[in-house]
Amino acid sequence: MSHDNTTDVARRSAGEHPERFDDPGVHQPNPRLSDLDEKHAKKAERQVAALFTISIVGTIVFVWAYFALPPGETPESMRLSNIVLGLALTCILLGIGLAIVHWAKTLMSNKEYVEERHPQRSDDETRAGAIQALQDGAADSGISRRGALKGAGLTALALFPLSIVLPLIGNVGEDWNVSKFKHTMWRKGTRLAYDPTGRPIKASDLTIGSIAHVIPEDLHEAESPLDEKAKAVVLLVRMDPRDLKSEREPGFGFDGIVAYSKICTHVGCPVALYEQQTHHLLCPCHQSTFDVADGAKVVFGPAKRPLPQLPIEVDAEGYLVARGDFVEPVGPTFWERLT
Amino acid sequence: MTTTTSSPTGAARAASATADYLDQRTGIGHAVKYFARKVFPDHWSFMLGEIALYSFVTLILSGIFLTMFFVPSMGETHYEGPWPSLNGVEMSEAFSSTLRLSFEVRGGLLMRQIHHWAALIFMASIVVHMMRVFFTGAFRKPREINWVVGFVLLILGLAAGFSGYSLPDDVLSGNGLRITDGVVKAIPIIGSYTSYFIFGGEFPGHDLIPRLFTVHILLVPGLILALIGLHLVLMVMHKHTQYPGSGRSDKNVVGYPALPVYVARLGGNFFLVFGIIALLAGTMSINPVWNYGPYDPSPVSAGAQPDWYMLFLEGALRLMPGGAEFVIGQYTVPLNVIIPAMVVPGILFTLLALYPFIEAFATGDDREHHVLDRPRNRPFRTAFGVSLLMAFFILVLAGSNDLIATHFHLSINDITWTFRVLLFVAPWLAFVITKRICLGLQRKDRELVLHGHETGRIVRFASGEYIEVHKPLDAHERWLRVQHEAIRPLEIEPAEDSRGVRRKGYRRDTMRRRLSELFYEDRVEPVTPAELAAAQAHGHGAHEAVEAGHGPRELASSAPGGGQHLVDPHDETAPEGRNHTV
Amino acid sequence: MKALAARRHDRRAPVVLLLLALLLTGGLYAVFAPAPAGATPAQAASTATADDVAAGKALFQANCATCHGPAATGSDAAPSLIGVGAAAVDFQVGTGRMPMQANGPQAPAKPVQFNDEQIAQLAAYVASLGDGPAIPSDEQVDPALGDPANGMALFRTNCAMCHNAIGAGGALSGGKFAPNLWDTTPTHLYEAMLTGPQSMPVFNDAIITPDEKRDIIAFIDQQGGAAPGGLDLGSLGPVSEGLWAWVVGIGLLIALAVWGGAKSS
Repeated sequence: MSHDNTTDVARRSAGEHPERFDDPGVHQPNPRLSDLDEKHAKKAERQVAALFTISIVGTIVFVWAYFALPPGETPESMRLSNIVLGLALTCILLGIGLAIVHWAKTLMSNKEYVEERHPQRSDDETRAGAIQALQDGAADSGISRRGALKGAGLTALALFPLSIVLPLIGNVGEDWNVSKFKHTMWRKGTRLAYDPTGRPIKASDLTIGSIAHVIPEDLHEAESPLDEKAKAVVLLVRMDPRDLKSEREPGFGFDGIVAYSKICTHVGCPVALYEQQTHHLLCPCHQSTFDVADGAKVVFGPAKRPLPQLPIEVDAEGYLVARGDFVEPVGPTFWERLT
Repeated sequence: MTTTTSSPTGAARAASATADYLDQRTGIGHAVKYFARKVFPDHWSFMLGEIALYSFVTLILSGIFLTMFFVPSMGETHYEGPWPSLNGVEMSEAFSSTLRLSFEVRGGLLMRQIHHWAALIFMASIVVHMMRVFFTGAFRKPREINWVVGFVLLILGLAAGFSGYSLPDDVLSGNGLRITDGVVKAIPIIGSYTSYFIFGGEFPGHDLIPRLFTVHILLVPGLILALIGLHLVLMVMHKHTQYPGSGRSDKNVVGYPALPVYVARLGGNFFLVFGIIALLAGTMSINPVWNYGPYDPSPVSAGAQPDWYMLFLEGALRLMPGGAEFVIGQYTVPLNVIIPAMVVPGILFTLLALYPFIEAFATGDDREHHVLDRPRNRPFRTAFGVSLLMAFFILVLAGSNDLIATHFHLSINDITWTFRVLLFVAPWLAFVITKRICLGLQRKDRELVLHGHETGRIVRFASGEYIEVHKPLDAHERWLRVQHEAIRPLEIEPAEDSRGVRRKGYRRDTMRRRLSELFYEDRVEPVTPAELAAAQAHGHGAHEAVEAGHGPRELASSAPGGGQHLVDPHDETAPEGRNHTV
Repeated sequence: MKALAARRHDRRAPVVLLLLALLLTGGLYAVFAPAPAGATPAQAASTATADDVAAGKALFQANCATCHGPAATGSDAAPSLIGVGAAAVDFQVGTGRMPMQANGPQAPAKPVQFNDEQIAQLAAYVASLGDGPAIPSDEQVDPALGDPANGMALFRTNCAMCHNAIGAGGALSGGKFAPNLWDTTPTHLYEAMLTGPQSMPVFNDAIITPDEKRDIIAFIDQQGGAAPGGLDLGSLGPVSEGLWAWVVGIGLLIALAVWGGAKSS
């Protein structure tokens, strides 16, 4: 039983006053000037006509600009074409829109009408009829007597979508080999190269305070270079060895030069904002901050794990080479990453 | 079938012949009779949903144009064209065709910009329309289903926008896809396989752009069109709601007929919406993909954000602190990604979607409602809505924290910490403040009904007393402020029946009662005729007695005083009004 | 006398006299004041004379030694300048970053305090302390000689993450920021890359070759101008676009809705 709030007010007011105010009834709006005075109506009509005319002029300008103002070769000519076509289109559309709405407001009858609403619920007779129809149909089908049919039918219907879903999902994931996430194309002896030119990097190129964005030298030969690059990009940083407090994997660096994966361990953006003085590496997407001088561990932001470190050394000609792949999966966490 | 013109013109004859032809084959006369003069209520806020509808139509029209030129392929090509910074650069066909469309097709850049601005306006108008529906309680019976349909449209809109702006395959949207991949991979057990499913292998793969294209031009728009159809059919079936006012009740619709006023309004509004979008597209640059460059997993730009309607996700990801990743055996669960990307939006959107049902549960009212609420008359609902909006707004601001940092010369770390705190404090604060404002406005309404408008005319009596003359409200003004119902907390049956047996469902009822109290305990009830009469009567005894009779926790207004009353000679209704110092 | 004086005194005379005085003062100032600093890049260190070095040393002692030490070997407040080269000085002093107003992680550009000659002298002095990067020649930084496509490819990998895709600037941690690049001279761009000022890493000539630096300068030179789509809204990306969609788009649409729904008078 919910609270009946109609009775206690009536009781309190001892029946002298109704419990609620009465609805005063529809209040027809005041007549508009255009209804009272033909001059105002004519003025409104002229305004509507003028707005339609603006639209027509807009169309003419648009057609002219389409032929006379091609996008051209420079940003300025492209901009001019865009602005003129755009403003002409605006006039075309706003002209019509304002004209119609103004017409509706000022000249169309503004008498308010009242229409009755009927409850959404169908009446009891209709409901009874509907229920009866369903029951008759069910009885005619004989399903109530033949229970085995019901079971078999439902089972068949439940299973048939497999024939669609299986190929649709099964083929969509290529070879489903998710263990590929754990490895990159870095191998022992792969030279580190400048991204995007592919020029190999000498250790002597890097002075203290400098960084380089790195790809494997043989990236362009890979079958899917972008897929490989998405895991293999590395940031190479040179610090004064006295500033280097710790490495993620001891000994992976070379003479103050450290190579860390450039894929953020949060959700995978390239983490590339290196601040030379603080040795902090900031990711621009969600502001995870890694301390490159201290094992690339997280000092701020939503990432949890430090960046994986690439083991590097110098070859006979002074070029920086990898000593092997990363020893952990790069990039964001996934369920199987430790398996 | 014929018109009533005395001498039918050629056009009129053609029209009637067509009508006759159609009616003989479709019975369309029924529909025309039913719909032509159907009454629709009028208020400017009803146009907000129209803005959503027409911006969607604009999206479809401009989208068709774009499909004529866009190549949804990740195949590699070299760009040859008028943009010097990209000349000769290797890029995907998708990116290259976008550049060609922007720089070489006449009106191509305009169409692209119309499409993108329309997408932003579409999502913004859905939000504003949803706010109107929420704050006026238009989601109450019989419109709960329509609310859910609208909610699904909101989600589909997000999908459409996200898939759309990722199509040009540029660095900005590509990094957004990278983040999506990272979030998907975070899902326990199936995450890695889901990533493979979406990208057809490892990220970025070669299948993504063609797949997003199908999603963006076929699957999502198809669903949106179907649901918009359902949304409108339900709206016509239920008849549109109407704002409270004289003559408007739950049993009628007061407004203008479809033909000509509403047909004109609807048609005109379409041109207005399209026109404003064209104005934006002609004058303001949007999504200049040539500045971002073709997607490559290595570069990233400062100010890496998605379109505004995805910023709540971005903000949640930025605010979450990093420690919450844990390992079960050999498997890792990154809660620092799952919570902001799935749990927080999940909670916020679930609250939004289920609100009508929560409110119905708390109110215990199963009547149909067609007259809208004034937001002030439903303080809990209004405060809750503002609170939810505030949570989203904080997340949106958090998603823009690096731009806030550069523009206001602040530390991005400080901003992040501030928003971490505000995410919890601000919605609560917004709730409390909004609720108090609503109750205050209701008290002001009561004040106005009981004592009338202040006229600013001061009268001095011979005795030396000064009073201000008040003009009582006319019947229409008063009706607006007293027509609403005072909803009171539910009362439930006692725990034990007459024989002392504890009844089933008592716990549920208790929960329901508590929820109901949360909603409706603090309330201001509308003025009754008895109260008005008492306010206008001599002496204050009657007035006070009536007010004291209401529930103990009701925040009734003003203590009356006694004394003189003065009539405003222009008064038409009740004879006396008096200023009370409250 | 009285009649003559009466004719000579006009009400407006004081005003005219004041204007003339201002004009005279301004004119004298314009003629005799030092030329605005930083307008043209200083000459390469190779043209510095011993006089320049001495003058530079004097300027250094007066303005820089407090933080950088009397022999430019550095202190707690500032790093050593031995080996930073003329390029670093030309950049830091030429953009007004040095002398720093207050110690802190960010040295923002501010009005330049020295004229070209003084900057050249400071640069010559610091260059004399140890070998370091030299000020580039005009040809080395001429945008017309660079390839903007290659410049963009390099910029987006090496620079865009801090400075934004086309150089509008961006946030770093802790209140630091990477500035907007559109109003900087080509020489200063080159020198910044070469010397790695403050938080910026060092992009020496082995990492980004001199030609590649010029390509980047050519790319930046083309940015900050007309955007093909209209107003560029700061080139800040989707956040500003979303803001304007709400403010202008929804704002105008709501205004039109209110107008459309209002009763006509």
